[in-house]
Amino acid sequence: MGNALKIISLNKIYRNGYEALKNINLEIAAGDFFAFLGPNGAGKSTVIGIISSLVTITSGKVFVLGEDIIENPDHAKKNIGIVPQEYNLNQFIPIEETMINVGGYFGIERVQAQERTHKLFNQLGIWEKRHLTPRELSGGMKRRLMIARALIHNPKILILDEPTAGVDTELRLTMWDFFQKINNEGVTIILTTHYLEEAERLCKNLAIIHKGEIIQNSSMSDIYNLRKNKTYIIKSKSKIIDEINSEVFTSKLNDDFTLEITCDNTINVTDIINELKSHKIAVLNIISKRNQLEELFMELTNESVFNES
Amino acid sequence: MRVFSMNPSQVVALKTIVRKEFLRFARIWIQTILPSVITMFLYITIFGNFIGDKIGNIKNFTYIEYIIPGLIIIPIITNSYMNVVGSFYSGRFQKSTEELLVSPVPNYIILIGYVSGGVLRAFIVGFSVYLVTIFFIDIPINNLPFIILMTFLTAFLFSTAGFINAAYAKSFDDINIVPTFVLNPLTYLGGTFYAIDSLPNIWQDVSLFNPIAYIVSAFRYGFLGLEENSILLSLGIIIVFIFILFRIGLVMLDKGIGIKN
Repeated sequence: MGNALKIISLNKIYRNGYEALKNINLEIAAGDFFAFLGPNGAGKSTVIGIISSLVTITSGKVFVLGEDIIENPDHAKKNIGIVPQEYNLNQFIPIEETMINVGGYFGIERVQAQERTHKLFNQLGIWEKRHLTPRELSGGMKRRLMIARALIHNPKILILDEPTAGVDTELRLTMWDFFQKINNEGVTIILTTHYLEEAERLCKNLAIIHKGEIIQNSSMSDIYNLRKNKTYIIKSKSKIIDEINSEVFTSKLNDDFTLEITCDNTINVTDIINELKSHKIAVLNIISKRNQLEELFMELTNESVFNES
Repeated sequence: MRVFSMNPSQVVALKTIVRKEFLRFARIWIQTILPSVITMFLYITIFGNFIGDKIGNIKNFTYIEYIIPGLIIIPIITNSYMNVVGSFYSGRFQKSTEELLVSPVPNYIILIGYVSGGVLRAFIVGFSVYLVTIFFIDIPINNLPFIILMTFLTAFLFSTAGFINAAYAKSFDDINIVPTFVLNPLTYLGGTFYAIDSLPNIWQDVSLFNPIAYIVSAFRYGFLGLEENSILLSLGIIIVFIFILFRIGLVMLDKGIGIKN
């Protein structure tokens, strides 16, 4: 299977001299569900802006489905749907009209655009709101509208820039199902998100960008082998007297019944429980402090994702 | 030399932009059409009745007849300009122009689409104020095709200028600077309310550099048959300005000036 996206030696320096991207190289296979992660200001949106023709290239090449986006911009535009991070909706036009207009920009006749809008609005649960303007919609509704708008021309690549930001949990789960469905239908999805659980659950491959450079690019399954340490929270049945010094892990007492332990990534849970038993601690519950991707992200970027988000 | 050809998808795109632009000003006709009509009514009342009689005739026409062509062209100029500058800047402000920029619509179609919106509004406003006029005054029409041509060219010119202003504007204040400090002075000093050849020589010479004076003069010819300036010169000046501004608008879009990072 070919590449949906290929980026070669991409650099971007803004007019104010800020170097947003430094020699980015990236390949995303067709059909992939790809996570593109990084702290705020890392360069994610610049990359997305370049792919979607909203940001100019300083140097380097970007290929969409094998075609250079500078030499053949129409090919890229026809094949990409983009859901930007910020709302970019005309606030005064009914949302059905927005869909038909955007369809028209892609050369879709009004009748076909109406049919496609009907289908997408039904799938995303906003058909009943079709006569409203974006001003009258909740944040979640606007997000769904932007997703529908990005799909009006049946793109082969869908770029989702923080698509579930500010969306409640229930709707987020519904959107995840929707994204998985269209990915299964063959649409390549590139997702940026601050919810690392979202990337971990949905994506097959990922890249992490930090300060304009790709610092990690691998499959999601490989990611877990890269981590040096992991942290668990242990709940004990009985009171814990003191922190435990062990060859298996280091620990910190959070309260009388809770121990936070950090161990090498190669240590398994059974080893930890046995070690705790040897110190006469009966384990009531053991949970990972953070999800695996979050751990790796923090190790690599050396920054708190919570602060970033 | 760029060839402006259109495939069927691009025709759909152009129709979509024009329709969107038409609906935009039609939905808010109280803000976009009605003010010019009311202003025209006030002009006719004041200059036709209260002041006009005291001024007397100019070049064998009553004062109100003499100034009517100018009074019709003023809203054509301001509405075509304000329609495009308002619409495109509003799109930039809301970032909704990104819908167009990420689509495969060629830049010349974007420009023609927005300019067409301005031209449409100019024709509707121009016709509306004309209707108000003929309700009160029996205004002659010397050359209707020429009036229509002049309306189109004038609206096209100022719509394109409005687009350039919108692309450069960084705030809503910026979209009012040109109309307030350039367009209005040029319009009111362009011979709408007086005959330029009645001015002292030095001001007649200064008026030669005011392009709106040529437009008013040409429009006056269309209605009254009064040739104050060379009609061909007036047409030539408008067409040259259209070419220059359209080219600037296209270059701005191609380079992403004001719309891309």
